[in-house]
Amino acid sequence: MKFALTWLKDYLDTTASVAEICDALNAIGLEVEGVEDPAEKLAGFRIAHVLTAARHPDADKLQVLTVDTGDGQPLQVVCGAPNARAGMKGVLGLPGAVVPANGMVLRKSAIRGVESNGMMCSTRELELGEDHDGIIELPDDAPVGTAFADYHGSDPVIEVAVTPNRPDCMGVYGIARDLAAKGLGTLKPVPMPAFSASGACSVEIRTDDPDGCPAFYGRVVTGVKNGPSPDWLQARLKSAGQRPISLLVDLTNYLMLGFGRPAHAYDLAKLQGAVVARRAKDGEEVLALNEKTYTLDAEMMVIADDKGVHDIAGIMGGEHSGVSETTTDVLLEIAYFDPARIGATGRKLGLSSDARTRFERGVDPEFLDQGLDLLTGLIVDLAGGTPSEAVHAGSPPKAAKIVAFDPALTTRLGGVEVPEGEQKRILESLGFTVGADWQVTCPLRRHDIEGPADLVEEVVRIHGLDKVASVALPRVEGVARPTATPQQKLERGLRRAAAASGLNEAVTWSFLPTWAAEHFGSDQPLWVLANPISEDMKAMRPSLLPGLLMAAKRNADRGAAASRLFEIGRRYFRGSNGLSDEKPTLGIVLAGEKAQRGWQSGKAKPFDAYDAKALALQLLEAAGAPVANLMVMGEAGAQFHPGQSATLRLGPKVVLARFGMVHPATLKAFDADGPIAAVELFLDAIPAKKGAAFARPGFTPPALQAVTRDFAFLVPATLAAGDLVRAVQGADKAAITGVRVFDVFAGQGVPEGHKSIAVEVTLQPGDTSFKDADIKAIAEKIVAAATKVGGELRG
Amino acid sequence: MIDISSQTEAALAAIATAETLDALEAQRLDALGKKGWVSLALKTLGGMSPEERTAAAPAIQSARASIAEALDAKKAALEAAALEEQLARETVDLTLPAVAAPKGSVHPVSQVMDELAEIFADLGFAVATGPEIEDDWHNFTALNMDETHPARAMHDTFYFPDRTPGGPASSSEAVGQQEREILLRTHTSPVQIRSMLAQGAPIRIIAPGRVYRSDSDATHTPMFHQVEGLVIDRDIHLGHLKWTLETFFKAFFEREDITLRLRPSYFPFTEPSVEVDVGYSTEGGRRVVGGHGDAPGHAWMELGGSGMVNRRVLEFAGVDADEYQGFAFGLGIDRIAMLKYGMNDLRAFFDGDPRWLAHYGFSPFDQPTLSAGVGARA
Repeated sequence: MKFALTWLKDYLDTTASVAEICDALNAIGLEVEGVEDPAEKLAGFRIAHVLTAARHPDADKLQVLTVDTGDGQPLQVVCGAPNARAGMKGVLGLPGAVVPANGMVLRKSAIRGVESNGMMCSTRELELGEDHDGIIELPDDAPVGTAFADYHGSDPVIEVAVTPNRPDCMGVYGIARDLAAKGLGTLKPVPMPAFSASGACSVEIRTDDPDGCPAFYGRVVTGVKNGPSPDWLQARLKSAGQRPISLLVDLTNYLMLGFGRPAHAYDLAKLQGAVVARRAKDGEEVLALNEKTYTLDAEMMVIADDKGVHDIAGIMGGEHSGVSETTTDVLLEIAYFDPARIGATGRKLGLSSDARTRFERGVDPEFLDQGLDLLTGLIVDLAGGTPSEAVHAGSPPKAAKIVAFDPALTTRLGGVEVPEGEQKRILESLGFTVGADWQVTCPLRRHDIEGPADLVEEVVRIHGLDKVASVALPRVEGVARPTATPQQKLERGLRRAAAASGLNEAVTWSFLPTWAAEHFGSDQPLWVLANPISEDMKAMRPSLLPGLLMAAKRNADRGAAASRLFEIGRRYFRGSNGLSDEKPTLGIVLAGEKAQRGWQSGKAKPFDAYDAKALALQLLEAAGAPVANLMVMGEAGAQFHPGQSATLRLGPKVVLARFGMVHPATLKAFDADGPIAAVELFLDAIPAKKGAAFARPGFTPPALQAVTRDFAFLVPATLAAGDLVRAVQGADKAAITGVRVFDVFAGQGVPEGHKSIAVEVTLQPGDTSFKDADIKAIAEKIVAAATKVGGELRG
Repeated sequence: MIDISSQTEAALAAIATAETLDALEAQRLDALGKKGWVSLALKTLGGMSPEERTAAAPAIQSARASIAEALDAKKAALEAAALEEQLARETVDLTLPAVAAPKGSVHPVSQVMDELAEIFADLGFAVATGPEIEDDWHNFTALNMDETHPARAMHDTFYFPDRTPGGPASSSEAVGQQEREILLRTHTSPVQIRSMLAQGAPIRIIAPGRVYRSDSDATHTPMFHQVEGLVIDRDIHLGHLKWTLETFFKAFFEREDITLRLRPSYFPFTEPSVEVDVGYSTEGGRRVVGGHGDAPGHAWMELGGSGMVNRRVLEFAGVDADEYQGFAFGLGIDRIAMLKYGMNDLRAFFDGDPRWLAHYGFSPFDQPTLSAGVGARA
């Protein structure tokens, strides 16, 4: 809502300054979004009296004026306007002034050799009108030397954000009412122009859809003369951001902007038969005033006659029956529509308008006759014509809401003490009626009032939210208790563990291009948005890796040597109940150079699958997963290099993580340069830490020193080292506390199809030291175990 | 008979000029070895008369002592020289670069979420979560925005073509027997509903997380982060809301001169509804929170929406609205992170540029704690 200060003062008798009014508006919940004062642009322009005017010696079209600016010393000014002449009064821009229309800074200068000390201005140059044929001519009594801004009158424009619950403030009058309640002045009565109606309305008006349109009032005015609106009306509309169109249209807009009351004027000549509010027929079409054709359905409402549809009810008039310059007879429509129906229609058609905004939020059901008379009076005043009697079809809702209020609630809910008398005054100044025992009757325009809490809001916002004092929340005794859930603790810990491992945490979009989501998708259908903001943000991610891969690619394109990124966030799947199943996940992408070329290390090194494995295990361990029990298995997914990727599982079915090198085809799909390593940790699969106690199982470091023995086995080339290690580990569970591979070799000395794996086995004695025979026995068990998986001890 | 004194002199001279430990050893053997001349001379003492022995012994013994001493001293000197040479040989150029382990970082959004959790834990708030793919009942209807509510249209909602099957979405819900629209939550407020349905009143929670609006320009991204706060108890009023937000901002910005201004506003889920402004000044082109917004050089900045929870919302969430009341608030996490830590471009939050992450990110050791201060200084 935008309006000029003078417009507000039509309805509010006040001496408050603009600043005071703005502070009050903010304080009562009508947020001021801006104040624009056109007068500010007129600084440096002064009323001047032209004393003499003579032909410029060197230019036919220029004159040299001497002007009195009230300073005593007349100034010489060169002027090109044909109407400049001795004796006239006009507006002089002094050196330093900025011409509003073009931003030019005026300077003392010589024009064709003659000194000029300023510029006499046209209305267009001062943005006060379109006239540029000559300079402004002021009346003879204009006070010479006065700042033109003061003479012209400052009329600041205030822009206010009206919240959707306050359609009653979508007219200047409603804003005036709220300000009056705040004590900023006195609300004036609605200015009703007098007119006399004669004769019955010549058009039949009906509502055939009393649910959607409970009331349809109207009147015919004949013999009007349409044309441009007077300047004051144009100025009002412009202050509100509306383009003046023609007097009849402008007056309906004036009613809407001034009183929040949309109305419509039809050209009577284009109507035929009864004018009816009814449901639209499925498929019915209408060409609206915005020159677009809309196809309607039976849930929508129209105003139609025998010939066809003339109005999408409550939203937008039709092109065909709208008033034009040649209109002489009009039918005025003032109706009340069901807000929900208007909203549904507007949403379905994707059509917004000032009328829709007001109707769907709820107009004042008590302002139909008054609105119609106000509009009629203005038309008769400004466009002439003869009004008929009003006709009424149906009636607007009349049942006023009565709220049983307890003034003590203001303190209980609002936290501020407001004397009962003041509460009553506030409510009454807003149009509520406070009855005995605080039975409060709400004005019908206040659709937002549902119960006592709303009345508390009315009282508190007018009384002043600044008077609400801070009161400490009751505190739980003792030190703060832990509030995080195990999942939250897990995520917080993992985040810092990952960062401590040298990874940068990223936050990437939850949505992906569909192709990228599908590339990482499962057999489940993806969640794909119906109204994405772009094709790149369409499908909810089934993995954290695509977003990180795309980030790594962007970084490489920007010349980054490496991206070590991780993210903790959700993957989106479908749950059995049809709702989402959002799985907490940690994703890692390692791209570019693991180590840059160096004076010690030589060439740059890329990341490999073991970097990914190390991070996966390290973070799983940080998360409390039993990493010693994990199995390295396949099936990391088609997005991974089949020979350089794996899953980490707790038992054959519970996958805690996948890791490895990204598949070359995936790199190609993401247009990324490899090799790139990646990890995904599935946080929901990590078993929660067991045990509620702080105390750990008892432990004393063994007194006797552990011994190590090396074994080298010849195994088939296809045997996984992990299988050999597990076999060796299991050879003597009591004695063997560690098995570490320290060499893998194939080539000279190793038969074709085989490889040599050397392990260092750590043996921990218990209460007594190992004797040679003990160690020999264990070694035999180790060799036997290795033999079972195809290993042969190398001599 | 050998001339002890000239022999000794010769030996000491040879020791003094020995250049290697081997040469020194040869000298030792020559003099003090089993067959060395000193050893042999000592043996001759056995065949002497006491008088002769008394006369000869001191010279021989003194020769042995002085030679042994010279050998030890020379040996130490040669060893020291050898060590010195070894150290000189092993000297490296320490101006050459060393390779450090890569430095990781925590994203500002996570850091600020941890800060929030810490501050609010002290005020007794637990951290609650809820799904981001929501249904319209939790996101709108239960928050007092039914299908026809104009505020729904103002939310720029992302919708999915899917519908939930009929029936309540949780066992504690009495309502919602029909199909629901599925959408991306437009705010963290549905977590209020879910938390109240799950645990009832009294309740104190914050709910940080991702939210989505179909909006994208220089200052809006289609995904951003919010934190919801909810306190439901007996006798909670607007004054408690003001205190809670004041206390939070004081702790968060670590300054005492935080001034809040409450302005009436409208949210369907609160009544009365309150917009929260904070006073700030501008220093070096940056907004600095603190001071009174009406003071010279200061202004007010909107930080979030709040209010007393609408009783309809309590009813939808299964809370007895005659017994309980309370407040809720919502703040933009990205926004308060930017205010505190000085980022100026929201879009960069979601780009994954390691240069940005390293600059604005946090060391993993900057874990916010109340005792050490929740903020991490630059």
